[in-house]
Amino acid sequence: MTGAHPAALALARRHRLRPGEALPWLLALGWFFAFPRHLGFGTEVLITILFAVSLDLALGYAGIVTLGHAAFFGAGAYTVGMLAKHGIWHEPLTGLALAGAVAAAVGFGSGLVLLRTRGLTLLMLTLCTMALLEEAANLAHAWTGGFDGLDSLPIAPLLGRFEFNPLIPRTQYLYALAVLFLCFAFVRTLVYSPFGQSLTGIRENAPRMHAVGAPVPRRLVVCYTLSAAIAGIAGGIWAQANAYVNLGTLGLDRAATVLIILALGGHGRLYGPFVGAVAYMALAHYLSKIYPTAWQLGLGLLLVVIALFAKNGILGIAAALGPRRRAGA
Amino acid sequence: MILGVDVASLLLGGVAAGMVLFIVSVGLSITMGLMGFVNLAHGGFAMLGGYAVAHAMKAWGLGFVPALAFGFLLTAAASAVLERLLYARLYRAAELDQVLFTIGLVFVMIAALTMRFGPENQPLPLPSALQGQIDLGITRYRTYSIVLIAVGAAIALGLWLGVERTRMGAQIRAAVDNRRMAESLGIDIDRLFTLTFAFGSGMAALGGGLGAEFLGLDPQYALKYLVYFLIVVAVGGLGRVTGVFFAALLIGVLDFALKKYLPQGGTLFIYALTILLLLWRPQGLFGAKA
Repeated sequence: MTGAHPAALALARRHRLRPGEALPWLLALGWFFAFPRHLGFGTEVLITILFAVSLDLALGYAGIVTLGHAAFFGAGAYTVGMLAKHGIWHEPLTGLALAGAVAAAVGFGSGLVLLRTRGLTLLMLTLCTMALLEEAANLAHAWTGGFDGLDSLPIAPLLGRFEFNPLIPRTQYLYALAVLFLCFAFVRTLVYSPFGQSLTGIRENAPRMHAVGAPVPRRLVVCYTLSAAIAGIAGGIWAQANAYVNLGTLGLDRAATVLIILALGGHGRLYGPFVGAVAYMALAHYLSKIYPTAWQLGLGLLLVVIALFAKNGILGIAAALGPRRRAGA
Repeated sequence: MILGVDVASLLLGGVAAGMVLFIVSVGLSITMGLMGFVNLAHGGFAMLGGYAVAHAMKAWGLGFVPALAFGFLLTAAASAVLERLLYARLYRAAELDQVLFTIGLVFVMIAALTMRFGPENQPLPLPSALQGQIDLGITRYRTYSIVLIAVGAAIALGLWLGVERTRMGAQIRAAVDNRRMAESLGIDIDRLFTLTFAFGSGMAALGGGLGAEFLGLDPQYALKYLVYFLIVVAVGGLGRVTGVFFAALLIGVLDFALKKYLPQGGTLFIYALTILLLLWRPQGLFGAKA
């Protein structure tokens, strides 16, 4: 490697796979064999991780603060749901690709106009776009099932062989894990590429990136579109795994939850979504059913503490305590 | 003649709703304009105020007006404490941290109120003098709506005079327009902001109490109407009292009319309109160019 630019070497070094990066995947596989009765919960966690990864790309790397990311999750979920319910398309893999494509189209269309703004205006516009979609899904009762949503979606077996059994969600779990792995590998490659580095540059100092000649608006739109596509894929799996889609996939609740998960795990760090989703979902799963009010109180206090004292979530704390300078990023 | 009566009742109902929106949102607009702080907990202060009013009336037998004053003072005091202790740490923080912090605060408020008062709607009975209808000459209309319009107009006028004619109002305007310049002229922004924040939260509490009659009062209030308060602020422009006033009236009347004639798609229309407006003028209808 003699003669290579030191910066290129440093980048390549950061891109290098570390042994620790196999850990989440081993744990996920281990869960499959160790807890066959909790695969439904496991699938939900995997989908949430994927959704949070998509938000991390837009928010953590490009610095696009959005309150409406569930718009894309819902777009993907409704694509799968409506195609299946109306007997147009049942095949899961191509259905998922369609979900991603539709969400990407929504992301591209909205990003093209919304991303010209910043700050409160951007926040309001993302929020209103999501509310608009939710309201539209509520109104178009004939296609979307309105407030009740669409249930008992007929989804064909995966690869023509593996049934989506709602009681023993083995197929769903491995399917979600495989899709998460592929999408994550893509995002990991992307954020370490020159394109990803330019996104980080835009997040840190957009005027300077303009000044060095980076096409800032175009980069942001591309990043937003990719992020939307991944969120749509997450929504598509959610609809396929549950054979169900409802207005909740498009709501402020889901958008706020994924934001919280990302903040909890640590944004702008590849593995933040993993840590955040597992921590949040485990707590929510066991606490929210027994003490719903106490759970909300605890979650609120946690958010206040994170915002005030731990700006990079659990991974940020770990990195500050650990010997290495920055874990994961 | 029938049409005239219809239009009149539509305008009265819409303007009354708009007045409540204005009273709640005006504080949010000023504090966002002053500090650029994305305060998603503002609806929480309105809710807190509404609960304080309802509780004071039910438990201590206070009258409606003294209870409103109590709600204003309590919420203003509580928000001043929160501002000094917590908000102040995040003025220069990233937007994301402000969003997370205020969402967390809303959750805490919702959980605390649910624990203390339960999840159900809190009744807030109006005094008998404000119930019933009043004859306006052209049409009879609900007394309370007329009172709301009068109170809202008086508050708007008072605030406008306060911002335009007093020393503190001038300081606020200076700080909204150019904070650094205002600071270097010796205006104590921190103190100004604490006062404005407390006053704005108190106004929200007043709006929460006054509007409980048709907005209801349950722990989800803080999130349910947040989008509306934010739309009013964004449309009106940050830090503009008159902007918020006209935006609130506009949205109040639009919402009221759409709910009546287009009960299915009314909200859709408001969201779409807001998006278009913000794309056309990101600084809002009445805001200054950034």
